[in-house]
Amino acid sequence: MTFEFLEQAKSGDRRSLARTLSSLENGLVKIEEVLDEIGPVPLPVDGGWQTLAITGAPGVGKSCLLDGLLRSWAQKGLRVAVLAVDPSSPRTGGALLGDRVRMTVVDDRELNELIYLRSVATRKASGSVPVIVEDMTKVLLALGWQRVIIETVGAGQSEVRCAALADRIVVVEGPARGDGIQAEKAGLLELADAVLVNKSDLPGAEIHADEIRESFELGAGNTPPVLLTSAIQGNGITEAAEMLLTLSSSGRSTRARWRERLLAYHERKILESPQLDELLEKLAKGSILLDEALQIIGGEHNE
Amino acid sequence: MPPTTMSEPWRIVVAKPGLDGHDRGAKVVARALRDAGNEVIYTGLRRSAQQIVDTVRDEDARFLGLSSLSGAHEHLFPKVCELLKQQGLNDVIVFGGGIIPLGDREPLYACGIRAIFGPGTPTSEILEFIEQATQLENTGVGQDSDWYWTSSA
Repeated sequence: MTFEFLEQAKSGDRRSLARTLSSLENGLVKIEEVLDEIGPVPLPVDGGWQTLAITGAPGVGKSCLLDGLLRSWAQKGLRVAVLAVDPSSPRTGGALLGDRVRMTVVDDRELNELIYLRSVATRKASGSVPVIVEDMTKVLLALGWQRVIIETVGAGQSEVRCAALADRIVVVEGPARGDGIQAEKAGLLELADAVLVNKSDLPGAEIHADEIRESFELGAGNTPPVLLTSAIQGNGITEAAEMLLTLSSSGRSTRARWRERLLAYHERKILESPQLDELLEKLAKGSILLDEALQIIGGEHNE
Repeated sequence: MPPTTMSEPWRIVVAKPGLDGHDRGAKVVARALRDAGNEVIYTGLRRSAQQIVDTVRDEDARFLGLSSLSGAHEHLFPKVCELLKQQGLNDVIVFGGGIIPLGDREPLYACGIRAIFGPGTPTSEILEFIEQATQLENTGVGQDSDWYWTSSA
């Protein structure tokens, strides 16, 4: 089955691009079908990255910071697409997608041809990024967007799912987020290819950046860069944008990435099971046991 | 009882055109739409007509809700509708709300806006409108239905 909008998306129509992404999200079209029509995902140039995840706790300034980074990149003429993820209600499935409120660069008439921003709800997925984002990323790259930025849901210490989907991971931190021991704890920071300590206009930011650097130096492998930024005052943004463009992988997380990938794909299989709603209904009523539900879902995979 | 999860939520842009800085109403509506299982994209304050239309296009929204309390609705709402039509976004269903006198509403319906909700409208009424607008045919801003919602406030 072919869709008219795929052809229009290929010719650069943004509504059709948006519609293609919705169709993927809603399971109306498969990624293979889309790529057959619009062409393959280009290979990365010189081992550089195509996808970058920006993650960090709620309220550290991810959206604001990204707004500044996008402006720098667009001013260099790069075509950058953003998938900004916000959580869906586990109860009703609804979501308030508010990342646009902080993204002023998409309103800049000079630059907005170079920037595509799409808000994405997590829907049923767990973790800070839904796996469908990977398919959306492929479409954007195939349509000539040079870099794709994934802004995750405000993430806790152990939410490393974005590692499954992005070539590089940038963790945004802020001051007053605990003492040096917080930087020592295992989790998200271990997978970072770079750290931006935002809100550098507030006291404590420099100390926090030092603590993170110190923690990195205690570990093996490359030491990821740690930069100070103030999204609200515009300090350090140009430098950070420059550094990120050529960011190399810290190489410390290959195994962890594959682990996240495996988990993410396994979860996707469950979420895409046509019996999922029915099974949840039955589980909620107590008419089947968890083991039985797992068997039913598992059985379907083997077919 | 929580509403049942829809397999395919509506994407709805809630926007504040113009220089009006009051967004409590827009937030109440956004929240009600969210709690009914929709994906609501909020633009933030002080957006131009062009910015709103770009957002609708890039977010693949099925609905656009416009809120205005500044009295500039007579100028801004038709402008948004005009731009939507110009960009071929004819199937987007547009509704409005805020301080909009009854006498001002007829010309807005004529632009293709399918509902105007005044202060005191129960949020459940907005949800009923969404439901009905999707069931009827040709209710998009650039489509030829004459239908519009008769609101209680």
